[in-house]
Amino acid sequence: MENESLRILFQLILSGFIVGSLYALIALGFVLIYKATDIINFALGELMMFGAYICYGLITEFKVPFLPAFLLTLVFSAILGILIEMLVLRPMVGEPIFSVIMITIGLATLFRSIVGLIWGHDVYHFPTPFSETPIDLFGLSIFPIELTTSVTVLGLVILFFLFFRYSHMGIAMRATAFNQKYALLMGINVRKVFSIAWLLSTVVASIGGIFLAGMFFIHTNMSFIGLKVFPAVVLGGIDSIAGAMLGGLIIGIVENLAGGYLSQLFGSGIKELSAFFILVIVLMIKPYGLFGKKEVIRV
Amino acid sequence: MASGYYKTSYRDDLKIFQTRFVKFWLVILAILLMIFPFVFSQYILYTANLCGIAIIGALGLNILSGFTGQISLGHAAFLAIGAYSSTLLTLKLGIPFWISLPLGGCIAALFGMIIAIPCLRLRGLYLAIATFAFAFTVEYIIVHWSSLTNGTSGLTVPHPSIAGFVFKTDKAFYFLILVFVILSVTFAKNLFRTEAGRAFIAIRDKDIAAEVIGINLTKYKILSFMTSSFYAGIAGGLYAVTLSSIGPEHFTFLVTIQYIAMVLVGGMGSVLGSILGAIFMTVLPEGIRLLRDVLSHDFPFLITRLADLQSSFYGLAIILVLIFEPKGLFGLWIKQKNYWKGWPYTY
Repeated sequence: MENESLRILFQLILSGFIVGSLYALIALGFVLIYKATDIINFALGELMMFGAYICYGLITEFKVPFLPAFLLTLVFSAILGILIEMLVLRPMVGEPIFSVIMITIGLATLFRSIVGLIWGHDVYHFPTPFSETPIDLFGLSIFPIELTTSVTVLGLVILFFLFFRYSHMGIAMRATAFNQKYALLMGINVRKVFSIAWLLSTVVASIGGIFLAGMFFIHTNMSFIGLKVFPAVVLGGIDSIAGAMLGGLIIGIVENLAGGYLSQLFGSGIKELSAFFILVIVLMIKPYGLFGKKEVIRV
Repeated sequence: MASGYYKTSYRDDLKIFQTRFVKFWLVILAILLMIFPFVFSQYILYTANLCGIAIIGALGLNILSGFTGQISLGHAAFLAIGAYSSTLLTLKLGIPFWISLPLGGCIAALFGMIIAIPCLRLRGLYLAIATFAFAFTVEYIIVHWSSLTNGTSGLTVPHPSIAGFVFKTDKAFYFLILVFVILSVTFAKNLFRTEAGRAFIAIRDKDIAAEVIGINLTKYKILSFMTSSFYAGIAGGLYAVTLSSIGPEHFTFLVTIQYIAMVLVGGMGSVLGSILGAIFMTVLPEGIRLLRDVLSHDFPFLITRLADLQSSFYGLAIILVLIFEPKGLFGLWIKQKNYWKGWPYTY
């Protein structure tokens, strides 16, 4: 009995870790845009969902095998990201933060309804080549797709770390994030940096979306995961990549534990709500999160 | 004779009705509004009622976002609180409508204050997220506190009655809503001639500078939240009686987006803008419904996708307005006015 409850605890933590790694991935997409362009992207969840639906459409309508469909989706989202930046966000440079937030909310609404118009709001099974039988991992069960997700996220994190550390573009992006004006003066092509940031962000979001759809189902309410990103990034600190990763993992684990232990007491919605409880507490105690840079505001 | 309207004192500048011209057209408008319900059909009246409710709600959001500069993604939650509390007060305690409606507004205002206090230190994104979390919580409570709110099945709202007169028809609701619209527009218009309203605008323009010149940020931010949520509460209460049944599906995040779209499309920080925006964003979905009926011959799949078609237009409207006309319909109106003022000698 003692062992069984311990096993459940570990199982919950493991599942939370896997969902959390997806949150972390999407939070990474969020922080990428925020750091480089100072834009808060409320449309990330929708972009993620859109990516998943594109992949789904390619697989079911055009009978493309999973891997080529996956890669095609990434190409598509890269183009989409650049287009959004060029057509929608670039005219907004210098506008108040409220307008910028609102325009991303507008984008979110638009993408959501485009998906609704094409595919409707039904829940579909997302076909993946991964087997449906769980693997036994030290007495805990884990699905192959979940394992793949965690490994992919880990790989992407390492890739991004290296990218920001050593690549020319990564350093340019960090410089732009630090100070846009000085970056321009140093001859960095800030426009290109913005485009690349959006490109990377939408690609990362699409990867997250496809894995999420593969793990559960594909439906339009998937985009709410995009809102879970906010507790994650606020917890980790909004401009910190490491913080976003850690925040995503913590939110995923806490959520799963709350879902496992508290839902008998408070009803099923407590799982979703717990992330926002953390958010409010963090905002009150430590508004800049674990690793966030404290803003100094001047007149 | 002066060749235009020149203000020579601050009194002139602060006047609500600045010229005789404005007064004249207001009287015409009032007459038209009185004739309106006797001319048009039930359906148009119902849409007009929704417009009126949207005007009140949009004014509330504009006071908070457009005039005080505080981002709120929780407007639907305040509407829900107003709607549910006024309905429940009537249903459970038997309080008459004319008390329960303002009481619903006050309860919403109370929640506005409760939200405002932890949000005082937050701004921009953080405020947006915090208000969003609040809206999420309210929706959760409405769905799960079934013994009070009847969960997802919702509540049936009794017909309101004032002094024996029972409001049943859309025509009766029209006059009820019209009274509240006039009251709330007048209040909003006057608010920005008072100290509080000026303080709101100062906070929006630069909060630190406002604090430096002696504006009590805490007091006025809370006041702004309370006024805004009071408006939303009243709008919610009226919405409940107009629909005659309410449920959590009437107060989703999409409703918040609708109100944001109204404020943005109409024009941030303008009372007239809120009115224009509210009317535009309420009539637009009905227009889309007509468009859908026309298109559905060629694209039959559209029949079931009305909500998506409508929300895609909300999204598009927000994006296009923000890119091409950041001051919204109000800005467009001012531009046209200025253009025709000097016509044909415009420089």
